[in-house]
Amino acid sequence: MEQNAHAEHIHYDAEASKIGMWLFIFTELLLFGGLFIVYSIYRFMNQEAFHLAGEELNTTIGAINTVLLLISSMTIAMSTSTLQYKKKGATLGLLAVTVIIGVVFLVNKYFEWGTKFSHGIWPGSEHMLSELSQGEILFFGLYFVMTGLHALHIIIGLIIILFAVFRIQKGTVNENRAALLENAGLYWHLVDLIWIFLFPLFYLIH
Amino acid sequence: MSEEKHHIVPYRVYVFVLLALLGLTFASIGITSIELGEFTVAAALIFACIKSVLVLTYFMHLKYDKKYIVAMVAFVFLLFFVVIVITFLDYLYR
Repeated sequence: MEQNAHAEHIHYDAEASKIGMWLFIFTELLLFGGLFIVYSIYRFMNQEAFHLAGEELNTTIGAINTVLLLISSMTIAMSTSTLQYKKKGATLGLLAVTVIIGVVFLVNKYFEWGTKFSHGIWPGSEHMLSELSQGEILFFGLYFVMTGLHALHIIIGLIIILFAVFRIQKGTVNENRAALLENAGLYWHLVDLIWIFLFPLFYLIH
Repeated sequence: MSEEKHHIVPYRVYVFVLLALLGLTFASIGITSIELGEFTVAAALIFACIKSVLVLTYFMHLKYDKKYIVAMVAFVFLLFFVVIVITFLDYLYR
């Protein structure tokens, strides 16, 4: 009984945690924003080389990953609704789908990077330094840094979602205390948002 | 504390938004495969901007949030835009 009374006093403020999450998202946006500016300036200064290097990237695998991320964004957004409707099973199911799609995205990325590696393209590789022009080196450098940083965010996002799954299962995240799931959703959508710009800039514009 | 019972977004909204996002993705793949010269970059970025507005408005719940959060998000994007403009002005006129 005393434990229950104690539990009710655990501080919970959904709005404050939402603002906190948004403030964090702003720092993430400006982090990637800075990289986008670097990309656009170097593209502006090395148009031919960026055009050439861009041809090297596989549009199909990029498109597949875009579709995957968009679907996973919808499933986690839906899970916030099912949680409000008190459908715990559906919430966990949707989150499981989100996590699986996130893992598939990373597997695709692994094979995509693997192909680049087998062509001798990785930061500082001999092939890159001796055969490619300055502009192409910049393109691939930015490609690895930006998609790599994005993949790191996918991994962190997956960990946050799994944490939310665990808490939902335990019942400490529920329709009255949904902030953790909502914030996990916001983070996952941020990852999606960044990819929405990475995809056209690297895979589509040749 | 029970103000958590805010607006519950119906499932169909999410499905429609996803369909719109997928449509825009394929449209942007289609339009960039045509030779538009320098307009390719602009077209791809316009499609990306529309998609990100959809994600922010519906998936990230900004439509249902209090207006000051929308204002904060808008301010950050405006700040980012200003930095881009200033950086490019520097490179174009140095």
